[in-house]
Amino acid sequence: MALDQSFVGRSYPPTPAYEVGREKIREFADAIGDPNPAYRDQEAAKALGHPDVVAPPTFPIVISMPAADQVVYDPALGLDWSRVVHGDQRFTHERPMRPGDRVVAVVTVEAIKTFAGNDMITLLTEMSTVEGELISTARALLVARAESEEQAS
Amino acid sequence: MTDLTIDPQASAAERFAVGAVLPAASFPITRKDLVRYAGASGDFNDIHWNGRFAVEVGLPDVIAHGMYTMAVAGRVLTDWVGDPAAVEEYFVRFSKPVVVPDDGVGALLEVTGKVGKALDENRVQVDLTVSSAGQKVLGKATAVVRIR
Repeated sequence: MALDQSFVGRSYPPTPAYEVGREKIREFADAIGDPNPAYRDQEAAKALGHPDVVAPPTFPIVISMPAADQVVYDPALGLDWSRVVHGDQRFTHERPMRPGDRVVAVVTVEAIKTFAGNDMITLLTEMSTVEGELISTARALLVARAESEEQAS
Repeated sequence: MTDLTIDPQASAAERFAVGAVLPAASFPITRKDLVRYAGASGDFNDIHWNGRFAVEVGLPDVIAHGMYTMAVAGRVLTDWVGDPAAVEEYFVRFSKPVVVPDDGVGALLEVTGKVGKALDENRVQVDLTVSSAGQKVLGKATAVVRIR
């Protein structure tokens, strides 16, 4: 089913602030198996020029994915969320996330395409502090697979 | 194949020159890793831990979160450059699923990288090749890395 092109350019309301936690960063780094001390040890992070420990480059997915759910589950858009797979992902960082950052995400529908029966939607998620400083931008391609295709990611 | 990996004593100019090869790495992935990542990331999609469900929706078995694969592959970048914040941009296409069987072994992710081009005086593009079970699982995996 072709998606409504009028959603292109639409932005969803900012998400409630997510406060980045020191132990959440450590938990995420542990989960990706990365022993880098910059994620855990304040002195190691300071030696690299950071004011505090930093989050791994893909950590902002913790914020951008729930933000994108606003679109995925928007009944007005009508995406078949049971068939949605992740097509691609880009992060662009102004700086790493750090403990104490209070982050709000604004999701914008950047593009909607249909190819071989697959609905493809590109979502741009800008993550900024509550003070208005842009930290990271996530761009995700989500694909609602056509009924006949079986591949997923 | 000639090993062009630059040793850690090499000068910055050598380490970051176009064509320089990043230290390659292999990462085993087990079901337990996926469960831990589900908890840490908040992505509890059943296809990443529930074999019965995965088969029901047409997959061969449980598959790794694409974002987990992206994160693990990214370690080749951050281990190489040292400061994780030097990875200013990171892109991957999820081209094939990483199937993680519950067989006591799991999957193996194999990651290589090289400096693809110089973007400006301070940044290079790194191209990653990420495979599992002999298939490329991430397409066009590229990063912009600040080198000074």
